[in-house]
Amino acid sequence: MRWTPTHIPDILEALGQHLLLVGLSVGIAFAIALVLGIWSARRPAVYAAVLAVTGAIFVIPSLALFALMIPFMGLGTKPAVAGLVAYCLLILVRNVATGMRAVPADVLDAALGMGYGRWGLLWRIELPLALPHIVAGIRLATVTVIGIATVAAYINAGGLGAIIFAGIDQRYPEKIIVGGLLTSLLAIGADFVLTRVERRLRADRSA
Amino acid sequence: MTMILLDAVTKRFSPALAPAVDELSLVMGEGTTTALIGPSGCGKTTTMRMINRLIEPTSGRIVIAGEDVTRSDPVTLRRRIGYVIQQVGLFPHLTIAENVATVPQLLGWPETRIRARVDELLALVGLDPATVRARYPRQLSGGQRQRVGVARALAADPPVMLMDEPFGAIDPIARGRLQDEFKEILRRVRKTVVIVTHDLDEAVKMGDFVAIMKDGRLVQHDTPDAILARPAGDFVRSFVGQDRALRRLGLRRVDDVMTPPTGSRGPSVPRGTNLRDALSVVLAESAPVLIVVAADGTPVGEINRDAFFEGRSAEEPGGSGMRG
Amino acid sequence: MLIEALQWIPANWPTVWTALQQHLLMSAVALGIALVAGIPLGIVVTRSPRAAALAIGAVNALRTIPSIAILAAALPILGIGFAPSVAALVVLAMPPILLNTYVGLSEVDPEVVDAATGMGMTARQTMWRIQIPLAAPAIFAGARTAAIQVISGATLASFIGGGGLGDFVTAGIAIMDMRRVLAGAIPIALLALGVEVGLALTERWIFGKPRRMP
Ligand SMILES: Nc1ncnc2c1ncn2[C@@H]1O[C@H](COP(=O)(O)OP(=O)(O)OP(=O)(O)O)[C@@H](O)[C@H]1O
Ligand SMILES: [Mg+2]
Repeated sequence: MRWTPTHIPDILEALGQHLLLVGLSVGIAFAIALVLGIWSARRPAVYAAVLAVTGAIFVIPSLALFALMIPFMGLGTKPAVAGLVAYCLLILVRNVATGMRAVPADVLDAALGMGYGRWGLLWRIELPLALPHIVAGIRLATVTVIGIATVAAYINAGGLGAIIFAGIDQRYPEKIIVGGLLTSLLAIGADFVLTRVERRLRADRSA
Repeated sequence: MTMILLDAVTKRFSPALAPAVDELSLVMGEGTTTALIGPSGCGKTTTMRMINRLIEPTSGRIVIAGEDVTRSDPVTLRRRIGYVIQQVGLFPHLTIAENVATVPQLLGWPETRIRARVDELLALVGLDPATVRARYPRQLSGGQRQRVGVARALAADPPVMLMDEPFGAIDPIARGRLQDEFKEILRRVRKTVVIVTHDLDEAVKMGDFVAIMKDGRLVQHDTPDAILARPAGDFVRSFVGQDRALRRLGLRRVDDVMTPPTGSRGPSVPRGTNLRDALSVVLAESAPVLIVVAADGTPVGEINRDAFFEGRSAEEPGGSGMRG
Repeated sequence: MLIEALQWIPANWPTVWTALQQHLLMSAVALGIALVAGIPLGIVVTRSPRAAALAIGAVNALRTIPSIAILAAALPILGIGFAPSVAALVVLAMPPILLNTYVGLSEVDPEVVDAATGMGMTARQTMWRIQIPLAAPAIFAGARTAAIQVISGATLASFIGGGGLGDFVTAGIAIMDMRRVLAGAIPIALLALGVEVGLALTERWIFGKPRRMP
């Protein structure tokens, strides 16, 4: 432990960049997934198509996915975020749609019978009831993206991956360990917090 | 001849708890069917599973066909004991034929013998071998699966059969029919059978003997008729219920009590009807005489209404009804 | 640019071919080792709830470590090249195999196991004839996840001198030659998609329609 104590500010900066990458990607992906999920939830053919495309993206190795962005977007944060957004669409869309479908038919019937319109139904009934599933999706997506984002450092997007790559280049194990462990802790922390949120939501709803 | 002997068998799952089975002694003769019955948690399943050593007794002796099973190899023992459970436990990834062939295969029978045996057994339990052989368990109805379960247990012709609530998962109507069929099958194959149930009607119908348990202990072991006529103590009395007299009538058939026809007129029932159903007809029609008819409708006998009430007091002395 | 990249591949076919072979070999060896080690481990672990809890905890912790860090960690311990890459990929492939084997086995209906034991199967016979066949779909699904994981991880092997198709991407980025970048990225993507589709079809062919979402 010689490098770490003297480079706390650098490490914190990398951590900040990492959080920014993750937050931005999951946020954008969530906005897209919400639209796709709501649209496709009760349209099996659309849903199958959306899953096929997002599923195919999910299978592409991260380095290749980032590389495919470079010719269009160059290096830096932009292609990194684009790649990460594409990557977590599958998880988010699937959970939004599952949540929407989990609303019991009798609840929908009752709401329609009480005179809710399409949007009222969506905002007041469907989305609130789907929320635990949606949060579960956000949790899975966040944990996944935290790991994948390390590779984005190679296309100059910074983050904790930069510390790991520096460790590889300089054959400096300490950096590899610090970068790897911080990423792991970040993922565990995010999982912990979001699991709590999810549980609280589920408890509220079942009460 | 004694086939299964339980000698002061006790099972304690934990030293802190009361024993699940407590000093239970029971003798089952060769070729008889014994129904083990009692309230939930009284130790029926535990007792049965000690017989094929899926559970090891804490103390006591279990002897099958003269051999102390606590000393024999459990795997060999189990291959000689048919085992049927409520949820059937058919192997979902194997075909019906493969399921039935399990024990013969474990015993290393030649293929041709196994194939013949499988078909023979499927036919015995009332399934068409050609249709069901190649199917998977999920493609059969609950009742059909239960039949396969019994065929599988009979496969290697074991002298002893253990059945834990074999009709528990089947709807009441199919259950009655299946009970009749199995009673007939069991009569034909002459096995020593232990059948666990918590349905008194089932116990009375299937068992040559009924063993009633409570809190791990045996409270009465006798023929169905004797248990219904002379329940030992308040527990059995309340267990067999207010309608035990009616249940008892259900054990006998019109053929046993009818007198030769004298040309009287009245409602008729077919031969083989049990006395409980016959009485029901008598009451519904307020008829003084019931006519028993053959399949073609000709009268073969008649029963005076009073015959249903005769002989009751003679078999049920006093009212205390205690018996060891 | 896409066209140029697609022309670059046949023009440099021997290099691409070697890289593809390295990539496949590395992935196959790692997956093979992970299967041979992971499935028996999953079986053993099922016998003791304690060992299972321990193994699952370890595996879940392992999963939060990013792939690149696992490959990088092989570097100071094992050096650069093929063997360290394979070792790291084995570590990447173990979690899904171990977890799915465990979950698949523990989800076998206990009544079915009870029936098998009650009919006189030995513990070994019950395992081989009943439990493993019933857990097979779950185990296969685990192997499928692991295969994708390994192919993806193998692209990162380039960073620790393991070779493979990732080499084109890293070299391309280093000299900002888009043809090279795409000549790596496109075959990698196609390889991963091909393996995914192939395994999905195999799965359906062996076990029929999928019973649950992976
Ligand atoms: N493996 C076990 N570990 C601990 N206790 C057990 C175990 N199996 C059974 N018991 C306990 O032993 C007692 C008898 O159980 P058993 O299953 O034999 O009852 P049963 O008569 O078959 O009941 P049911 O009609 O509900 O099937 C119960 O109190 C039960 O909780
Ligand atoms: Mg029971």
